[in-house]
Amino acid sequence: MLRYILRRILVLIPTVLAISLITFIIIQLPPGDYLTTVQASLAAAGDRPLDAAELARLNERYGLNDPWYIQYWKWISGIIFHGDFGDSFSYGRPVSDLVQERLPLTVTLSVLTLLFIWAISFPIGVYSALRQYSAGDYVFTFVGYLGLAVPNFLIALVLMWIGLTYFGQSVGGLFSPEYRDAPWSLAKFGDALAHLWIPVVIWGTAGTAGNIRILRANLLDEIRKPYVTAARARGIPSRRMTVKYPVRAAVNPFFSTIGWILPGLIAADAITSQVLNLNTTGPLLLNALMAQDMYLAGSVLLISAILVVIGTLISDLALAWLDPRVRFRY
Amino acid sequence: MNNVITPTLSPDRSGVGTDGPTPLLRIRGLETHFDTADGVVKAVDGVDLTVRPGTTMCLVGESGCGKSATARSILQVVESPGRIAGGEILWSPHGKDLVDLAKLDGESEQLRQIRGGDIGMVFQEPMASLSPLYTVGAQLMEVIRLHQDVTEDEARERAVGLLERVGIPNAAARLGSYPFQLSGGMCQRVMIAIALSCNPALLIADEPTTALDVTTQARILDLLRELQAEFGMAILFITHDLGVVAEIADEVTVMYLGKSVEQAPVDELFRAPKHPYTRALLQSIPDGRPNRQGQPLPTVAGMVPSPRNRPTGCTFRTRCSSAMPGICDQEVPPASMFGNDHLARCHLYSHEDATAIPEPTVAVTSRLEVTERTNPTPDEEAATLLEVRGLTKHYPLGGGMFRRSTGTVHAVDGVDLVIREGETLGLVGESGCGKTTLGRCIAGLLGPTSGEILFHRDPGHAVDLASLSSRQLKGLRTQIRTIFQDPFSSLNPRMTVEQIVGEPLQVNKLARGSELRDRVADMLRRVGIRPEYMRRYPHAFSGGERQRLNIARALITQPRLVIADEPVSALDVSIRAQILNLLDEIREEFNLTYLFISHDLSVVEHVSDRVAVMYLGKVAEQARTSDLYDRPLHPYTETLLDSIPVPDPQRRNRERERTRTDDLPDPANPPAGCLFHTRCPHVQERKCASDVPELRLLGTDHRAACHFAEELQLTGMSRSDPSE
Repeated sequence: MLRYILRRILVLIPTVLAISLITFIIIQLPPGDYLTTVQASLAAAGDRPLDAAELARLNERYGLNDPWYIQYWKWISGIIFHGDFGDSFSYGRPVSDLVQERLPLTVTLSVLTLLFIWAISFPIGVYSALRQYSAGDYVFTFVGYLGLAVPNFLIALVLMWIGLTYFGQSVGGLFSPEYRDAPWSLAKFGDALAHLWIPVVIWGTAGTAGNIRILRANLLDEIRKPYVTAARARGIPSRRMTVKYPVRAAVNPFFSTIGWILPGLIAADAITSQVLNLNTTGPLLLNALMAQDMYLAGSVLLISAILVVIGTLISDLALAWLDPRVRFRY
Repeated sequence: MNNVITPTLSPDRSGVGTDGPTPLLRIRGLETHFDTADGVVKAVDGVDLTVRPGTTMCLVGESGCGKSATARSILQVVESPGRIAGGEILWSPHGKDLVDLAKLDGESEQLRQIRGGDIGMVFQEPMASLSPLYTVGAQLMEVIRLHQDVTEDEARERAVGLLERVGIPNAAARLGSYPFQLSGGMCQRVMIAIALSCNPALLIADEPTTALDVTTQARILDLLRELQAEFGMAILFITHDLGVVAEIADEVTVMYLGKSVEQAPVDELFRAPKHPYTRALLQSIPDGRPNRQGQPLPTVAGMVPSPRNRPTGCTFRTRCSSAMPGICDQEVPPASMFGNDHLARCHLYSHEDATAIPEPTVAVTSRLEVTERTNPTPDEEAATLLEVRGLTKHYPLGGGMFRRSTGTVHAVDGVDLVIREGETLGLVGESGCGKTTLGRCIAGLLGPTSGEILFHRDPGHAVDLASLSSRQLKGLRTQIRTIFQDPFSSLNPRMTVEQIVGEPLQVNKLARGSELRDRVADMLRRVGIRPEYMRRYPHAFSGGERQRLNIARALITQPRLVIADEPVSALDVSIRAQILNLLDEIREEFNLTYLFISHDLSVVEHVSDRVAVMYLGKVAEQARTSDLYDRPLHPYTETLLDSIPVPDPQRRNRERERTRTDDLPDPANPPAGCLFHTRCPHVQERKCASDVPELRLLGTDHRAACHFAEELQLTGMSRSDPSE
């Protein structure tokens, strides 16, 4: 098992490097660079554009005149050898600081969302499979599709409206105004929870619907397998048999989802974060891409890629722990 | 005809032989229905069955006859949406009150206690019948503790004892194994241990050996016989194989389309079958009776109709050659008794007009008069068509990025083989012996690791297939064609029959447009499929018809060599006989040469001129069919032959040669010396474990790889008396 983990980590390194290279190239692909964006925004605001000397100085400072592979090398070698992700052009601050401000909230939200998805989809999925085509199955299927189909930011707006009109709650952001600068206390924690449920529910709906469908389909497959009939023919009581045999074999996809739920939230749901005014990495990435702030954008994408790979490793290890067929293959 | 007893009419006697000891299980008029979107399917439609304590009742019939549904109804474990719609299942174990199992609630505590406690059950696919997520020990101990009040340690002790009893070596260590770490035979032993763990009065075995190799099947049947003698339980044994019936049954019930049509003691059933269906089944077995080799097999015409389209009157009448119009299609035949314990439901014995026809005859498929082979035994002089020299195919184990390869599987390891023009070479061996890999190498579907495959295109001009590039091979692919085993998965479900059968012509640019369609139509007609069906998709055809399509696809390019890889293994007995006859007919018509790969030795004997026996990637023995079956020179051949169930209940107590274990050695780590010495019943201390035996010429065209081939007196196939 140790060898297996070691080997997986070894495979991880070239994967992450390849991802970083590709993301860097893609960020560089559109014409222009950070400075042309600055020029354009100055012109749009009616200000005097930067003169040639100023431009040359900035180009020199940011290294924008170098070919892309030199720029890439500067960036990636800084990360590998000094842990330095470079500075953000537009914020004028180290990328690591910017990310650090946002990462804890992002990770907290991701984990809470994952737990929410599991807690809701597991019982519903099992119910839907065991009572296939019952009224309850149809209701859950309908609600699930609704969650999948409605865009997240729309649900966000609806939930905010409900929170404001019916609960008189300050919505948006992580804290109510009175706690925003207060030191941590039990009350502040409670306030944070009161705000957190909205993004968790929003992000959870889509994942829950997907998971219910997967669990239902898997369990429907499993309960028709010969070992289930054989277990019944041995006189194992029905409920115990269901949980111990087919359900356990059907939960594998729950663990495979870890791999993509964790990083998915970091990059993909910028719009909902924007709507909810949440200080996650999503909006940061969006702005950085629009401004061609390449070190910031590249670093956020790199971190998200690392999370993908680590998430996949965790889910693979969880699978190996859960399923002897996976375990003994290695 | 032997022992003609005037049948007594007894329409209401649903149980047979009620004079004997109290029946343990008595099924009367059982009906099990499946409610589907297209209506109710009556899988079981009035079955009567009696099992007496301590005896074995066999339930036989083709697939789709409702055997499994009957067995599963007993414990109410019929798969959804099946349900028991009527009838009684009377269960009266010794010392307990009589219960009607059909009336119990499926979730009731009483039924739960009976499941696994009083009645144990063993299934067809041993590996799939055990959960892969728990060790075999956990699953075995769970049942022990479920039905008996014992501590975990006591349960473990019993589990070890049971595993030892069912013949699992190193039982204590095996408790911690997962099912997928064991072979199929070992898994079936575990299933038997689980079923017997609570000392049941009845063991239901639903095709328990069908998925196993013939050597393993023989050992499992031996085990069941021993266990029955020791524990005294009754067995309800479901099978489609009449050879197995003859080996194990005390009494037999024959089922057809959801009904029991005949019930009799096993000797009587084989000696004097009454129902035309039973007779037809018995005659369609290729049993190697000397005068039948090379002759077409009698078959039951057609196939089992879907239970949705159940014929009126007697359900068998659509396939019965003795059907009497106006009678058989009108009335359901009543039960006729022959003596005390032989029952058949056929109008031939009950209808007053039918007395003129006492002896039902069996349908033989219409066929040209050519019954003698044009070239019965190709002699040494016949031209060589294909020659394999030193062929090996190795597969690396593991390997990949940052991973070392952990070994090599020697799937085919130095095989020499000659196939002569116009002959059928049979290739036999257990699963995993490399016969399919060898066939695929010859067909050019797999590139061999080393060796030569010389194909004699024209006289005096041979090409080495092993050294050709895939582009060069392409032209030869029309000359060497393959018929695949599984008729269900080897046809693309998204292509029409015309596209499937015509594809080889099209990709090789041999025909197009209307010419292509004409040739497909001709070919279809030749294999017995109506050309009007050309636009249909494979799902519209039954297994036997799909295999005909497979054959049509293989033959459309007019090949010279056809590799038939287990072409009949997935088919029912009667359909199997039809396909074997077809293969024989087209061989003469198209002047084909066959490499016939099969694990079924009786089929191979029926079709082959010469036979090669493979074991662990090497050829163990090779000879003319009759030489090999009558005078085998390799102990492996002997055990294979002796493992074939003989369809003659008189001969079940013969001396047997068995392999010493079910398990094939790991092909990645083959034993030193003779590959077979770990299982050989004749193993000797000197030589066998150290020296590798060469394949030696030991008689006319007879080669074997055994050190002691000359000294051993090996017995050939156990045959029925030709004078019968």
